[in-house]
Amino acid sequence: MLNYILRRGLMALLVALTVSFGTFALFHFATDPAQTIAGEDAPQEMVDDIREQYGFDRPVSVQYGDWLGSALQGDFGQSYFWKQPVVELIKEHAKVTIVLALSALGVTILIALPLGISAALKPNSWVDRFALSTAVSAQAIPNFWLGLMLIILFSVTFPIFPVSGDATWKHYVLPALVLGASSVPAVMRLTRTGLLDVLSSDYIRTARAKGFVGYRLILQQAMRNALLPIVSVLAVQLGHKLGGSVVTESVFSMNGLGRLAVESIFNSDIPTVQSLILIFVLTFVLLTLAADLINAWLDPRIRMG
Amino acid sequence: MSTASILDIQDLSVDIPTDSSTLHAVRGISLELNRGETLGIVGESGSGKSMTALALMNLLPPAARRQASCIDFDGSDLTHATERELASKIRGQRIGMIFQEPMTSLNPVYSIGRQLKETMTLHRKVSDSEAEKRAIYLLERVGLPDPASRLKQYPHELSGGQRQRVMIAMALMNEPELLIADEPTTALDVTIQAQILHLLRDLQREFGMSMILITHDLGVVSRAADNIAVMYAGDIVETGKTAEVLENPRHPYTKELLECVPGYRGKSQQRLGAIPGIVPAMTGEISGCAFASRCPRAADVCTTTNPPTKKLHEGRYFVCHEPETEQGEGTAERPVGSERIGKNHSRGAEAILAVEHVSCTFSVRRGLFGKRKPLQALDDVSLTLNKGEVLALVGESGCGKTTLTRTIMGLQAPSTGSVSLNGQRIGNLPPMERARMIQPIFQDPYSSLNPRKTIGEIIAKPLVVHGIGSSHEQHKRVRDMMELVGLPSRVFNSYPDQLSGGQRQRAAIGRALILNPEVVICDEPTSALDVSVQAQILNLLLDLRDELDLTYLFVTHNLSVVQHMADRVAVMYLGEIVECGERDQVMSSPKHPYTHALMDSALSISPGESVPDPGLSGDFPNPMNRPGGCPFHPRCPIAEQQCREEAPGPELIDNTLVQCWKAKTAGSQLKS
Repeated sequence: MLNYILRRGLMALLVALTVSFGTFALFHFATDPAQTIAGEDAPQEMVDDIREQYGFDRPVSVQYGDWLGSALQGDFGQSYFWKQPVVELIKEHAKVTIVLALSALGVTILIALPLGISAALKPNSWVDRFALSTAVSAQAIPNFWLGLMLIILFSVTFPIFPVSGDATWKHYVLPALVLGASSVPAVMRLTRTGLLDVLSSDYIRTARAKGFVGYRLILQQAMRNALLPIVSVLAVQLGHKLGGSVVTESVFSMNGLGRLAVESIFNSDIPTVQSLILIFVLTFVLLTLAADLINAWLDPRIRMG
Repeated sequence: MSTASILDIQDLSVDIPTDSSTLHAVRGISLELNRGETLGIVGESGSGKSMTALALMNLLPPAARRQASCIDFDGSDLTHATERELASKIRGQRIGMIFQEPMTSLNPVYSIGRQLKETMTLHRKVSDSEAEKRAIYLLERVGLPDPASRLKQYPHELSGGQRQRVMIAMALMNEPELLIADEPTTALDVTIQAQILHLLRDLQREFGMSMILITHDLGVVSRAADNIAVMYAGDIVETGKTAEVLENPRHPYTKELLECVPGYRGKSQQRLGAIPGIVPAMTGEISGCAFASRCPRAADVCTTTNPPTKKLHEGRYFVCHEPETEQGEGTAERPVGSERIGKNHSRGAEAILAVEHVSCTFSVRRGLFGKRKPLQALDDVSLTLNKGEVLALVGESGCGKTTLTRTIMGLQAPSTGSVSLNGQRIGNLPPMERARMIQPIFQDPYSSLNPRKTIGEIIAKPLVVHGIGSSHEQHKRVRDMMELVGLPSRVFNSYPDQLSGGQRQRAAIGRALILNPEVVICDEPTSALDVSVQAQILNLLLDLRDELDLTYLFVTHNLSVVQHMADRVAVMYLGEIVECGERDQVMSSPKHPYTHALMDSALSISPGESVPDPGLSGDFPNPMNRPGGCPFHPRCPIAEQQCREEAPGPELIDNTLVQCWKAKTAGSQLKS
């Protein structure tokens, strides 16, 4: 197991390094950062000044090392637009996004797993059909529309939850529902087909022949096998929620990372955008690593292979 | 039901609804099993034997529907027992079950120990340590070395034979009164098969269990069962004491089936009986006798009226009209066993293929950062194939058979040594030339034919690739070839999945022969087929050999097929040819202890004889950890110091090439 963790960890580190160089290179090769900061029509001297002031005239490798060194120490530079350290900015916004993403993940799990399991236990029954049609509708409904509908229903018609903002836990209920619902179809379907697959396997037949039946058969024999693909997909879904909840955050006017990213892009705030991309990607790398480790813990074949 | 019987089934049916109609998998069968006895249920695929076994404890697939007027197990009726009653009182507790596929029948994510123990703790109030004690005891009984440490292992760490032993131990955890074994040895090598059957018989005696043994292998059932029931198309057509049924079969199907088994008549190289046609569709009603369309004795009454059950004496029944006529619809392949095949070509005169000192070493790396380790798949293999002969290559899985055939076909370059065909090195031949001279026939006709091409296209493909003839000529040659291999011309435009297994294998043979190759490599060509179909294919291969003057390298693990087909036999073990010589020499007086064990494990049909113990210790070793000295020494019953230290070289004794230090004395030593 230790061997496996080390191997996976090393792989994750390599991916992270590659990505960090990619994000760095993107801005330094695709654009002239000095020109971007100065503005399209700035005079050449001003651009040169900026280039010298920010150190863009140094060799790329030195700049990358410098940037990576500071990033590792938690210094992502100064935001051009907000004129404050990027770290502060991200810290401020990350809280909202993390709370939102985790509660959305909770919503997904609470809806998708029970629904998927009951659908798999009785394929082609009314539960199964209900689950499948829920999945199809959830897939078809756009996030922003569901958000607006929920606002009309639960904030306007029946004013239970606030319309927008992120001050109290109540502010998180509707956005978490919206964001969570978007992952339900994928997770539900995977739970259903995965469990159906496991239930028709030879070893479940063996377990039945041994006398396992009902919830014991599902929980003590089948579930661990069925969980493997679900863990992987949940990790990806959580990554999406942490990095890409732009629409939901906008609809509910929440000050999360998604909105920070959009505003930084509109304002050409390179250090912020760069740091956000790096953080999003690292989140994915870490989540995938976590999923791999959980799966290795669940399945001896991965652990020992 | 008499007091002696533990199981009494009356009128059991299993129906499986399909999209368009209903499949009648089991059609109202009745069975009785006496306490302490073994009932063998024999039949070909689709005969309903597995469904019968699953139906007892209602373990059928969810869609299947079961009906029975009575399933009496030791006084309690299982027909109306609910799922929960069956689970809490019967399954795993009073009736244990062993399944066919040891590779997939154990839960991959839980340890062996947990899976064994839970079988016990689920049903009884026993402590974990008591269950563990029982698990260790049983693992020891089923012959797994070092059982205590096995408990921590996971299924993927064990070989197929070891997993099947774990399955058996698991089924015995609660000392069941009845053990149902569904093809328990089909997926295993012959020496392991003999070990497992031997073990089952010992355990059965020890625990006083009754047993239902389901198999397609008449050899297995003849040795292991007290009574047998022969199933055909969902019905039991004949039942009785094993010896009576096999020595004096009354139902035409039983008779025909026995004729299909190579070696049943004791003599080789005779035409096998082959049951023409295929099992009728199991959907819808069958009017009259289900076997009528294939029966050589069928009369009009057979197709119109359901055949009566005839009782010879208590416990001996068969279901047949017994028409007087000896000629019916299905007399296509006659006569059985009469003529010696072939025009006796001057066989074996000249060497056509020579394998000289071929070694093949792969380097295998485990994991991303693991060390590369060498895997010696072939070790100094020399072999000649003479024009017109059938050379059988025998060995257990992992012994290097496949690597050798790939090397011969030029698909794998040897690390050292050479393969030459008609004096030319295979490696120097252009691939097209090589392919024209050597063609393969593979094991599984279900996956070796492209499902998106028609049979005509598949057989014509080699001609197209080699650019032989105009499309009109190609078409004609394909038609001729189809006739030669016995494919009806109407399947020309059919797709493989519309054909039966036997027809597909005929198509594969046609594709292999269309280029007029000199050497055909047959890699287990019949092991995916039923016995009756296997007989058709073996007959066809021998006919074609004579007609087209072919030379076969015949790879198989089935020794009765070897006995039937081969002129010479080569036995492989861990990448070496340990014995090679004339068939009769090798098979009746083997010189190498491994050949000896193999021949001992072969289960020919002989009721009354028990399953022999092959006397091999341990399992087939992992080729990654090849033992030093003679590679066979850890399992050899007569190994000595010299065998452990030095690898023996080939030695010619009585015209047989043997690699063993004790070849001269092994025969007499092993017999005692």
